[in-house]
Amino acid sequence: MSNLVCENLSMTFLNPQTGVKVEALKNINFSLKRGELLSVLGPSGCGKTTLLNMIAGFLNPTAGSMSLGGKLIEGPGVERGMVFQQGALFEWLTVSKNVDFGLRMKKTPESESTQLVEKWLDIVGLQGFGDTPTYQLSGGMQQRVALARCLVNGPDVILMDEPLGALDALTREKMQSLILKLWKETGKTIVIITHSVEEALLLGERLFVMAPRPGRIHKEYNLPFASKGLKKPLRDIKHEAQYGKIREEILSMIWDMEEEIMGGA
Amino acid sequence: MLSWLSQERGLIAAIIIVILFLCLTFSIFIGLKQTASREKDEVFGDPERTLGGWYWTLTGISTLLLLWFYFSWGMARAFFPETGNELCQIAKINSAIAPITAALPIESRYYKSTTLIRRNLEQLKTLEKSMPVTAFDVVEIRELQKIILQSKAIIEFFSNPTNQSLESKIALEEIGQGFDRLSETLQTGFKGLVPNQEAFAQPKWGTELTEIPLLPTTPKGVLFDQISEKARVLTETFLKTRNKSTAADTLISSTKELINQVKARNENSEFDEEKLLKRTSYVKAVERIFRRLDDGTIFPPSALDKLNVSVNDFFTAISVTKGNLNLIDRILVPGDGIVKSKTQCTEQGSGRWLPKPTDVVATFMTLANPDIDSGGGYKGSTLLWWKWIQIGDILGFFIPDFLIDMLPGEYGRHSESGVFQPTLKDRMLAVAQGDVYLGAIPMLDGHIWDSLFRVIVALFLGIGLGVPLGIYMGVSRFFKSFFDPIIELYRPVPPLAWAPLVLTIFGIQDDGKIFLLFMVAFAIMVISARTGASGTQLSKIRASHSLGASDRQILRYVILPNAMPEILTGIRISIGVCWGTLVAAEMLAGTTGIGFIENVARVVSNYELIWVTILIMGLLGLAFDILMRWVINKTIPWRGKG
Repeated sequence: MSNLVCENLSMTFLNPQTGVKVEALKNINFSLKRGELLSVLGPSGCGKTTLLNMIAGFLNPTAGSMSLGGKLIEGPGVERGMVFQQGALFEWLTVSKNVDFGLRMKKTPESESTQLVEKWLDIVGLQGFGDTPTYQLSGGMQQRVALARCLVNGPDVILMDEPLGALDALTREKMQSLILKLWKETGKTIVIITHSVEEALLLGERLFVMAPRPGRIHKEYNLPFASKGLKKPLRDIKHEAQYGKIREEILSMIWDMEEEIMGGA
Repeated sequence: MLSWLSQERGLIAAIIIVILFLCLTFSIFIGLKQTASREKDEVFGDPERTLGGWYWTLTGISTLLLLWFYFSWGMARAFFPETGNELCQIAKINSAIAPITAALPIESRYYKSTTLIRRNLEQLKTLEKSMPVTAFDVVEIRELQKIILQSKAIIEFFSNPTNQSLESKIALEEIGQGFDRLSETLQTGFKGLVPNQEAFAQPKWGTELTEIPLLPTTPKGVLFDQISEKARVLTETFLKTRNKSTAADTLISSTKELINQVKARNENSEFDEEKLLKRTSYVKAVERIFRRLDDGTIFPPSALDKLNVSVNDFFTAISVTKGNLNLIDRILVPGDGIVKSKTQCTEQGSGRWLPKPTDVVATFMTLANPDIDSGGGYKGSTLLWWKWIQIGDILGFFIPDFLIDMLPGEYGRHSESGVFQPTLKDRMLAVAQGDVYLGAIPMLDGHIWDSLFRVIVALFLGIGLGVPLGIYMGVSRFFKSFFDPIIELYRPVPPLAWAPLVLTIFGIQDDGKIFLLFMVAFAIMVISARTGASGTQLSKIRASHSLGASDRQILRYVILPNAMPEILTGIRISIGVCWGTLVAAEMLAGTTGIGFIENVARVVSNYELIWVTILIMGLLGLAFDILMRWVINKTIPWRGKG
C-alpha cells in the first residue's frame, strides 16, 4: 500500500537580488494511490515543475510534508525515478551503460544487471541498440533510454517532467502509447507534468489543473481516457465528444488564467 | 654515403628545386581547373568551400620552399655553384680598393675631401660661437681665435690647386694609370688562366664552417684574384700619398705650437675645478678638429678627377668581364652579395641569416647522428637516442633516504677486528641511495628527450594534481573560495617572469624547469577542470541522485566524465604553453635541451643551427597537437553533439 501523500505543501522562493518573495506553491493537498496515473497541467509559472522537484526530493518545501508509502520524503531516492524533458542522458556512456547506471551505483552483480538491462531495453523497444552511443540517437529514442534507465531501478513512483515536450507530433504519439503500456504492465504510480492539454487528457487517469500566484490546484478531474487508450488507438479517443468537451473547458480555463496574468502585469 | 650527399648538396638542391617547380605548376593547374569546375555549384561563405583542396596545400608548400631556396641563395648555389667563389674574388677587389673608393664619390655623393671640409668648417663655426669667455683671459681668447683662423687657413691652403704638392700629383697620376692598366688586363680576358690544385682541394660552398672557398676555382676567378692583388699595391701607394708641402708644414706646426701653449697653461696653472673643466674640454675640441686637418688628406677640388674616371672605368671593366655573372648576381643573389672580410668571404643579407634548406638538413643530420665520438650530437649529448640506465639509479631517485632512517633496526658498525658489518638496514639504505646494481633498462636519451621529459613529467604532475583540485573547486564552495585567490594571483604572471626565481630555488637542472612547467600546467588544468565540473547540467546531477548514486559516485561517474572535454582542451593548451615556456627556460639556463642548443647557436651566430632548432620545435609542437586532436576525437566523440 504505497501511496504518495502531500499535505499542506507550500514553497516560497526568495529572489536574493530584489528581496521579493514568490509563493510558488501554497497549500497543496492530494494523495495518490498505488498505480494511479496523474497528469499535472497549468500555465507557465504555476509551479508544476517545483511540485515535481519537491516530490523527487531535489527541493525542500518551506511548509507541509510529503510521504511515500508512509515514509517521509527528505531527499532524492531510488524509489522515486525521474525522467527529464531532455533525457539528461550521460553522453559518454552507451545506451546499455546508461540504463545500467543505477544498478552499477548499487553494485549489482554484472550477470544480473546485464539481464535486467536487456529486458528493459526490449520493453521500451530499443533491442539491439545497447552499444550505440546516446548522442547518435534521435530525441524519441533518447527518451526511451531515459525511461528504461529509470525503470530498471524498480522505483515505486515515476516522475516525468514534460517528457515529450521536445519531440515531434508523431514520435510524441508513439511515446504516449509507450507510457500507457508501461503504466499498465508495471502498475507503477506515474506523475506526468505537461503543458499540452491533449497529452494531459490522454495520459491522466487523474488530472490537476494548476493556477499561478500562488501556485495551487485549481481543479481536479477523473478521466476515463487513459484506460481507454490501453485498448484502442489514441487518435480515435481524440475524436470522442466527451474528450473534445473537456479539452475545450480546460483550454478556456487556462486561457483565462493567462489573461489574468497578462492583465495583472 | 652521408659525406657524399653532403658534398653534393648543390646538385641535390638543383633536383629538389626542379621538382618543386613541377609541383608548383602542376598543383596550380589542378587547382585552377577544380575551381573552375566548382564555381557554378558553390555559394560564397559556405564553410564547405574550405574543405579539401590538397592542391592548394601543395602550391603553398612548394611556394614556401622555393622562396626559401631563393632568398637563401640556394638557387644560385644549386645551378651556378661557382657563383659564390667568383663573387668572392670580386669582393676581394672591392675590399682591396676600399680606401680609394672611399675617397671618391663612388659609394657616397661627395669626394671625401669635400665631406671633410664641410664638416670641419661647420664644427669650427660652432666652436667659435661657443667659446667659454669666462674661462679664458683676453689674451688667451685672442690666441684661440687665431688657432681657429689658422685651421680655416689650412683648409683653404690645401684646397688651392696651386699649393698641391708635386709628389702627390705624380702619385695620383700613377695610381690612375695603374687602374687603367688593370682595366686593360681585365679586357684581355681570362683565357689560359688555370686555378691551382690547392683551390680545388677547398671544401665546397657552404659545406664547411668557412662559408665560401677563398681561393679562385675558375679562370675568371683567377683573373679577378690576380687583379685584386695588383689593386692592393695601388691602394698602398694611395694611402701613402699625402698632400703635403713645406708651406703647409709651417702653417700646421705654428698652429700646433699655439695649441700646445694653451694646453701647457691648463696643466701648469691652478684653476678652480669648473673652470679647468671648461678650458680642457674646449681645447680638446679645437685640437680634435686640427688633427683631422693636419695629415694632408685634403686635396684640391679637381685633383682626384682623373683617378675617379680611371676607377669608374675599372669598375666598368670588371662588370664587362663578369659577363653572365652580373645577371646571376642581380637576380639569384638577393641581398648585399658577398663581402670579403680579413680572413673569409661571407654572404650578406638574407643569405646570411637564412641558411639554405639543404644546409639545414645537413646540420640536422649531423646533430641527429647518435655517434658523439664521430662528431654527432651537440655538446656531448645526442639529439634523440637511447642509453642503458640502471634500475638502481631510478629506485635511488624515488626512495628518499629518510624513509630507511625511519625503519626499525640499527645501522651496522665496525667490529672489533676492524671490519664493517652491514645490517639489513644498511643494505636497504644502499638501495635507497642507488648503490645497488639491479640490472639496466633502455631509456631514451638526448636533447629532444630531455626537453620532452621535462614537459611530460610537468604535465603528469599538473594533470594529476590540477584535475582533482579543479573538480573539487567546481563542486565545493570551500575549495573554490579557498584556492581561487592563490591560483588567480600566480596564473596571470607570465611563466618566464617566475623563471629567475624558480631556477634559483630549484636549480637550473631538470628540477627547476619541471617545477616552472608544473606551475604553468597546474593553473591551466585547475581552471579547465573547474570549468568542466561546474558546467555539468543540473538535470544530469539530479538524474544521478534519483538513480541512487552517492556524492562520491556522482563526482567520479558524472562530473569527471562531463568535465573531460574541458580537461582535454586544457591538456592541449598546457602542452602548447609548457613547450613554449620550456624552450625559453632552457635558453635562460641549463646544459641540455632544444632551447639550450638554440641559445648556444645564438651566441655563436650559427644561423643554420638556429633554424634546425626552430624546425624541430615547430615539428614537435605540431606532433603534440595532432596527437591531442586524435586523443580528443577518440575519447570524447560526443563533444558538440550532446
